[in-house]
Amino acid sequence: MELSPFYQELFTSLNRGVVMSVALIVPSAIGGVIIGILAGVIRTFGGRFVRAVGDGYAAVFRGTPLVVQLFVIYFGLPNLGIYLSPYVAAVTGFMLCSGAYQSEYVRGALLSIKSGQYLGAQALGFTTFQTIFWIVVPQAVRRAIHGCGNEIIYLIKYSSLAFIVTCIELTGEGKTIATEYFRFTEVFMVIGVYYLLLVTIAMMILKRIEKTLYVPGFGRS
Amino acid sequence: MSTGKGNPILRASNITKTFGNNTILHGVSVELAKGEIKILIGSSGGGKSTLLQCINCLVVPDSGEIEVDGMVIDITKKKDLYRLRQQVGMIFQDFNLFDHLTAIDNITIALRKVKKISREQATQRARQELEQVGLGDKQHLYPAQLSGGQKQRVAIARALAMDPKILLLDEPTSALDPTLVGEVISVIKRLAAKGMTMIMATHQMSLISTLADEILFMENGRIVEQGTPSVLLAKGNKSRTRGFCDSLNDLVGEEG
Repeated sequence: MELSPFYQELFTSLNRGVVMSVALIVPSAIGGVIIGILAGVIRTFGGRFVRAVGDGYAAVFRGTPLVVQLFVIYFGLPNLGIYLSPYVAAVTGFMLCSGAYQSEYVRGALLSIKSGQYLGAQALGFTTFQTIFWIVVPQAVRRAIHGCGNEIIYLIKYSSLAFIVTCIELTGEGKTIATEYFRFTEVFMVIGVYYLLLVTIAMMILKRIEKTLYVPGFGRS
Repeated sequence: MSTGKGNPILRASNITKTFGNNTILHGVSVELAKGEIKILIGSSGGGKSTLLQCINCLVVPDSGEIEVDGMVIDITKKKDLYRLRQQVGMIFQDFNLFDHLTAIDNITIALRKVKKISREQATQRARQELEQVGLGDKQHLYPAQLSGGQKQRVAIARALAMDPKILLLDEPTSALDPTLVGEVISVIKRLAAKGMTMIMATHQMSLISTLADEILFMENGRIVEQGTPSVLLAKGNKSRTRGFCDSLNDLVGEEG
């Protein structure tokens, strides 16, 4: 069965778009988790100054719309002589925004670790840094993983905002076709299916990670 | 067992600790000779746990001096504290095993990260220690899969693997189901037989009467009585210690 020119063009564009989406999502998700863990640790254990910096970062990036953040990064930073390509600008914005949310999940998990775990490590001669790095964070990651996974799934969907900085991904490609053919409903329903697939794949990967990290006593695998 | 022979391996003198307006320790002093076992008793809130935690500076004393094996600890220096804690093992009431690590990794992680021993050697040592406490077959189980008594035995193995000069035990059997107390007591008795230097807070009469070289009775942040069990627990002695131990015995009688 031959597809109509509309669908042929639609799928060619969306496939191209989905590749760009994945290229945005994967580094943003990984970067977001890393920033989230670092910021979460700093906000929980840092000295007064670094903690204030961490809290400030989280307040700004959780408190302002992502659209605004992307605008500032792409259109504002050139005023300071920093020029980012649309792709780099989008990934930077996603990472920072996602990291701010992730840091909150990580912070909650860190605070939930019982004081006995610190005492046990300190009594063996662990330094404060070693205690946090080897004992507290590995446990907190297991507690935070469900929240962090949720944030990644959310990131998959807000990655569509990349079009704001002219980085054309799944939604951007679809919108072009929709405008061209004036067939919005069909196009956006197909886009919806694409996102559903992306999220399903992400959930399968997250499940696998949960399984790998599973330890008895930290919820079921 | 030598009492008071040679230089003490641990000397904690005039330890004071205040939390807010509440003074927990009023200048308490303890000395331990090598191989000696002292047992802290007294009702809760008397300062037993705080004293033990002050000895390895998990709670940093407000004032006082701590000396281990001839080395005076500068309690304001983190490095000194880390070194102190490597030499003084501690067993907690609620075990404090690392929940995300298997029994064997609970032991190897300290050897590898603190003592910087290779993974291979650490594993070998950990296996030995686990066998010593009768848990050779439980190496790969996580704390959540172990019983209370088994957890406490892993905790003891973990502390011993660090080759401590002294062991502090903070009510090691109090969180255990009565049926599991025995296995932990027998491990502690075996340690005593091997000449381990220990200071232990406990209400377990079988430990007090058989192991103590000296009993320290604590009340309101002071040691109010001290002496050998044969003196303090002698029939007809009107000591506070005797009264306290009698009430412990009565409890056991009622339960049994």
